Amino acid sequence: MMASSYNAKEDDGHPSVATGHGGAGTVKNKKPDNTAFKQQRLPAWQPILTAGTVLPAFFVIGLIFIPIGIGLFVTSNNIKEFEIDYTGVDISSPCFNCSQNYIWNSTTPCTCTLPFKLEQPFESNVFMYYGLSNFYQNHRRYVKSRDDSQLNGDQTSLKNPSKECEPYRTSDNRPIAPCGAIANSLFNDTLELFYIDPNGSKNAIPLVKKGIAWWTDKNVKFRNPGGNDNLTVVFKDTSKPVNWRKPVYELDPLDSGNNGFINEDFIVWMRTAALPTFRKLYRIIQKKTNNMTPTLPRGDYILEVTYNYPVRSFEGRKRMILSTISWMGGKNPFLGIAYITVGSVCFFLGIVLLIIHHKYGNRNNSADIPN
Amino acid sequence: MLRECQWRKEMAEKWSWMLAPWTRCWSWRGNGVGQEDDRHVRANDREYNDKFSYADNHIKTSKYNVITFLPMNLFEQFQRVANAYFLVLVILQVIPEISSLPWVTTTVPLVLVLVITAVKDATDDYFRYKSDQQVNNRQSLVLRGSLQNEKWMHVRVGDIIKLENNQFVAADILLLSSSEPHGLCYIETAELDGETNLKVRQALTVTSDLDADIAKLADFNGEVICEPPNNKLDKFKGTLYWRGNKYPLDNEKMLLRGCVLRNTDWCFGMVIFAGLQTKLMQNCGRTTLKRTSIDKLMNTLVLWIFGFLVCMGVILAIGNTIWEQKVGRSFRDYLPWDSTISNNNAVFSGFLTFWSYIIILNTVVPISLYVSVEVIRLGHSYFINWDRKMYYGPKDTPAEARTTTLNEELGQVEFIFSDKTGTLTQNIMVFNKCSINGKTYGDVYDEFGHKVEITEKTTCVDFSFNHLSDGKFRFHDSSLVEAIKMEEPSVQEFFRLLALCHTVMSEEKNEGDLVYQAQSPDEGALVSAARNFGFVFRSRTPETITLYEMGAAVTYQLLVILDFSNVRKRMSVIVRNPAGQIKLYCKGADTIIFDRLDPSNEDLMDTTSEHLNEFAGEGLRTLALAYKVLDRGLFEEWMRRLLLASTVMENREEGLAALYEEIETGLMLLGATAVEDKLQEGVPETIACLSLANIKIWVLTGDKLETAMNIGYSCNMLRDDMDEVFIISGHTAGEVQEQLRSAREHILGLSRVGSDVGLEKTEMLSDDSVFEETIIAEYALIINGHSLAHALEPELEQMLLETACLCKTVICCRVTPMQKAQVVQLVKTNKMAVTLAIGDGANDVSMIKTAHIGVGISGQEGMQAVLASDYSFAQFRFLQRLLLVHGRWSYFRMCNFLFYFFYKNFAFTLVHFWFGFFCAFSAQTVYDQWFITLFNIVYTSLPVLAMGLFDQDVNEANSHRYPSLYRSGQLHLLFNKRQFFLCTFQGIMTSFLLFFIPYGASSLGVRDDGLDISDYQSFAITIATSLVIVVSVQIGLDTYYWTAVNHLFVWGSLATYFAILLALQSDGLYLIFPSQFRFIGSARSCLAQWSVWLVTLLTTVMCVMPGIAVRFLKSELRPTVTDKVRSLQKAISKQSPRELNLRRVRRTSSRRSAYAFSHQQGYGELITSGKNMKVSTAAPSPSIHSPGWVQNGTGLLENGMKRKDACFVPSEHSGTWEGMERTEQVPETICSGSKGTQQTLIDSRGNSNGDI
Repeated sequence: MMASSYNAKEDDGHPSVATGHGGAGTVKNKKPDNTAFKQQRLPAWQPILTAGTVLPAFFVIGLIFIPIGIGLFVTSNNIKEFEIDYTGVDISSPCFNCSQNYIWNSTTPCTCTLPFKLEQPFESNVFMYYGLSNFYQNHRRYVKSRDDSQLNGDQTSLKNPSKECEPYRTSDNRPIAPCGAIANSLFNDTLELFYIDPNGSKNAIPLVKKGIAWWTDKNVKFRNPGGNDNLTVVFKDTSKPVNWRKPVYELDPLDSGNNGFINEDFIVWMRTAALPTFRKLYRIIQKKTNNMTPTLPRGDYILEVTYNYPVRSFEGRKRMILSTISWMGGKNPFLGIAYITVGSVCFFLGIVLLIIHHKYGNRNNSADIPN
Repeated sequence: MLRECQWRKEMAEKWSWMLAPWTRCWSWRGNGVGQEDDRHVRANDREYNDKFSYADNHIKTSKYNVITFLPMNLFEQFQRVANAYFLVLVILQVIPEISSLPWVTTTVPLVLVLVITAVKDATDDYFRYKSDQQVNNRQSLVLRGSLQNEKWMHVRVGDIIKLENNQFVAADILLLSSSEPHGLCYIETAELDGETNLKVRQALTVTSDLDADIAKLADFNGEVICEPPNNKLDKFKGTLYWRGNKYPLDNEKMLLRGCVLRNTDWCFGMVIFAGLQTKLMQNCGRTTLKRTSIDKLMNTLVLWIFGFLVCMGVILAIGNTIWEQKVGRSFRDYLPWDSTISNNNAVFSGFLTFWSYIIILNTVVPISLYVSVEVIRLGHSYFINWDRKMYYGPKDTPAEARTTTLNEELGQVEFIFSDKTGTLTQNIMVFNKCSINGKTYGDVYDEFGHKVEITEKTTCVDFSFNHLSDGKFRFHDSSLVEAIKMEEPSVQEFFRLLALCHTVMSEEKNEGDLVYQAQSPDEGALVSAARNFGFVFRSRTPETITLYEMGAAVTYQLLVILDFSNVRKRMSVIVRNPAGQIKLYCKGADTIIFDRLDPSNEDLMDTTSEHLNEFAGEGLRTLALAYKVLDRGLFEEWMRRLLLASTVMENREEGLAALYEEIETGLMLLGATAVEDKLQEGVPETIACLSLANIKIWVLTGDKLETAMNIGYSCNMLRDDMDEVFIISGHTAGEVQEQLRSAREHILGLSRVGSDVGLEKTEMLSDDSVFEETIIAEYALIINGHSLAHALEPELEQMLLETACLCKTVICCRVTPMQKAQVVQLVKTNKMAVTLAIGDGANDVSMIKTAHIGVGISGQEGMQAVLASDYSFAQFRFLQRLLLVHGRWSYFRMCNFLFYFFYKNFAFTLVHFWFGFFCAFSAQTVYDQWFITLFNIVYTSLPVLAMGLFDQDVNEANSHRYPSLYRSGQLHLLFNKRQFFLCTFQGIMTSFLLFFIPYGASSLGVRDDGLDISDYQSFAITIATSLVIVVSVQIGLDTYYWTAVNHLFVWGSLATYFAILLALQSDGLYLIFPSQFRFIGSARSCLAQWSVWLVTLLTTVMCVMPGIAVRFLKSELRPTVTDKVRSLQKAISKQSPRELNLRRVRRTSSRRSAYAFSHQQGYGELITSGKNMKVSTAAPSPSIHSPGWVQNGTGLLENGMKRKDACFVPSEHSGTWEGMERTEQVPETICSGSKGTQQTLIDSRGNSNGDI
């Protein structure tokens, strides 16, 4: 304001105290614009918490949540799940020996056999998971110890992996592919499932190992370097991860679509778990084509484990889980119970508030507003 | 030019909001080379002056240039604690061992903030640069052998420059000669001190002889030795050495940069200070940074949060140490320790983890907090600037928030300190009524004889019969004009008195265009009234007064002025009319005049007295008028004695007073006048409303006790029904103490009896603040300046404060500017309350600067108060809107904003804490790094900003209507430490639920196609989505006023979240930067799952419902005023909108006003000496009293030569030094000029003398 009046003064040499009156008509009036925005009169919705809105909200939430909860609970209960721990902590466990004498890179695999019995038949597709406990896949240093460029098939990263992979970046002066702690600790137990016929014969159950990884992981995130070239050549100058027994291009030598970085077991492992106790999809047991018999009929089974993966040192646990699924995923009673609880609490609170409102409310009138 | 200073102030305040305790107040005020002791300047000797390398006249207020901008600006920005803190975080993040987050997450917001600030700084600086350029490139005539046009920036110290009329002075120059005789020149200093009256400067005689002789001037080689540059506008000390002689120099010979030359054709001057060393630039002082209490609270809270952050870091670090020791050690097969962690050293790992957690938990104090707070405040400031209801049309002044950082404090004001003149009153006196010879005039009656209320529409009296009348004068009672036209002698004598008995100066620019310069506005009002009623005071000389009486010029010989003084409370003139009759005309306070009346006036006195009571009851300021015909012989004898007495050295005052007393007896009463000291519009209503809001209003005025009380009554601060009005007017500390104590005891004692509280006295005294509330009786305290000086002593100030706070109304009169500030300071430091000072004049500046909030009344003449203020508007009544609407809203919005913001960030950040227990305390983040980066600045910033900007709990009408709503701000109810704990608690609970519900639900999570989604990325997305939804719902619940903008922002933010989520996890981005966008496909996979949405829904409901229940219960069981008003408002809005009945406050005072004059000392002496009259070399002899001579020249009063000589000759020596002394004692008087050689002697603020 002063600056402008200053200029004016210089020109005509006449001070005008109120600049607004200076030039007739030319000077803009300083009256603020009469817009709803500037005058803070924007039309607005002004909700207030009244008994009329709050109480119904509580009841409605209660009435919606309880059925959802019941539905979830029932669904979850209908899911069949079987879990067996094969860590071999207990001396009586068949895997005890394997868990005790463990050395990485041992050439003679240790196998153990665990018999178990399914009390109920598993209908439809059955999913076979391996579960690990006390395994910190979510440790910060672990999580970042990977090179996504390399896994995406980037040639430069293949030759020169990211520093994040340290100390699993190079071995023998050759870059490790895939580098990093995650890849290095790839779960390498082999699980096989046999059904013992009532007549005693042992039938191997076909385990499908494809389709266990996310589509985006398999098709976008992980790619072998050099497209579909011969993987042996591509990985020629790299070294296998320290803990691995075979190089990455031999993960599934029979199926080129499941070999190298796009090996699904590898991909599943690379999707790190959120919590130290987790399960990962291992195999899918597909529903039999003839609908008459269940996928896994009730009866005796044998789990054969090629015990390669040591977890005893850090008190980890290994499990094998068989599960069916529903529209809401796997067995998870938590959600159902939580919904029922919250719904009931809301309903109950609604009643309490209603009583309070009737007893003490309605004071809320303007009569006693001061002045 | 003040703009330059003002700008700096604004900028400093606007952008020094960061936590910096050492907040920069960047100073460009380099004093050139080191500290000068003395300044030596030789005229026309560039070589000599260059030795000292004084600053040249180039002004640079811009800080940067193109090259220095980046480094300097960054350096400044990183001096702010918050910025530095985030910089440290970025640095921490670069260290790979502890980097728990990629550096981008902090860098992106930081860079954003830095860039916004930098752009702002750069534009500001560019405008400063432009204005510098403009000033620097002004042309000035410089003597370089001959007169040459030079740019201002090339003017150097020692140059001689020529100024022409109406030009700005380019630098601080020593006046050498001017076009006016005796080297006089006139300047206007509005840019410097805001005063618009002209001031006189006079050159030394020796230099004024140089005249306009270029050759002589070029030869001038005087050397000035003077004080070094300083910022004292009213002082200058120096000596001119020329031709072997010494001449003392003072401020009266200096023209300062920023002044404008007026009424002087040209003048020459020698540059003493240039550029940044000029007094103007030196005066662009540092401004103290005002902080709001919310600011302080916020800073404390931020420190607490830092503490909390460290605690969490320590807990998690300990956890990490233990984990590494117990588990990590054996987990090394899969996850070897970093090479930096030497074997067996889990403690070191814990140490690193501590820093890692500091990094990921830093978002509890997000950088966007500071930016958002600033944006919100800026927005509120704009709303104030835009408010049409605070725009004053007649002056075309909108309200202005000059400081943008104090808005919410406006909602917490407890004390208002108000100036009176120009703030409560308009400082306009209106001749309203009169009583002449026992008959009142001024009221309007309708045909039935009922009094009619006078409004804007009432028809005014037509003064067209009088071509010299003032068009602005309004009078409604036509009977008075009729009386004049009837030539009633008493009426004529009445107005003759008003036209003669005063000390007003007149100025006639064109024929009939009279301008009166009155010392006090009431005098001006009376003379103007006389003018309109046909007794036009046209001009005066020291010995004559020329009137136009009903169109005919009459010249009276002015014999004596018996001047006004505070003690006499009256003034008289003795004149000889053309008929040779000698008359004494007297006007003064009614009591004084009545004492001196002739006994024959008894009856008239009674009626007049009745009328006076009536006038006073209406709050009018009254004067009684009387005259006396003097016998020539008696008068001459008296005159002789008077002359004798005025030459006596000892007891001259008393002698004169006795003589005056002697002649002012036996007066004949003419009548009385009633002048309205016009209150500003709506003042009583505003005050009533503000006191209902529990704001205490103290009036601090320079006026007299009577005036102050009068105004107190008229604006309803004092009322007849008050229990007691205490007047403290002791002369010693003891007396004051005694009076204060008795007042206090009276209040406490009476109230105790009245309220029947059986409390022990000691107990009561110890707990005054509680007791204050219980006082039902109303008291008022009035204290005068003398007593205040004592009462502000350290021993008494507590007592003053306590007593004053017990009273409903406090009025301090005769207060100096310093005392105003002291009173404010006293309350500010002792009451822990927010204070607001409002004023319009230079005398209010100290108080405005001292108070938490300073408000300036703009649109007045002076700019000083406005420049020092934080808010300015044109009318006192706007204060109500500023506080009750804008202030309350600002406070409400800011509190809600902070509450939500802290809640949001706790909810957001603490999830990491819970996750720590499940991720081996490894400082793994829960969310995607991009989410962390964008959460505060993109996903959640706009809704909370919209709430902070637009929210309204109660609409403006109800804000005015229920002032008790304002209480919550004063009590800090909406945001305090308790509220902070509540919001952190809510945040912590939310974070707990946010983590553990997805934890419970998805620890074994499997997709509906059997693939597992218990992976980290799905978990992260579930929590992040729940978080965004929860905080969005929460802001929805916290928003009371849903405008379209709120809708847009809330829904837009949610939409943006999902859009960005899907975009960031798209194939394309991953293929370009695989290691930056690792989350590819997770969102697609997750959000397609029912279970994820069920988790989100459950989390949202669980996080939000308890809050709703609590809030509902609160409003049911203990509704606040806001709740009640809101529900009422809701109910009303459903009905048809109702007219708001405005509170109308009627004055019920029946007090008798003893009002006389608003100034302390009259101008009589000045007038009779003729010093103030403009000297003209062309002045004819003064003997002819024809009106014709008035027309020439600029129409200023002209005067006899002999007077002028007598006046100016001595001024060169004795006069000068006298002047300097005076300057030192009372600087203000220089400006308003009680005695000085001034042309337009009277500042139209009039009573600035009295109002200091």
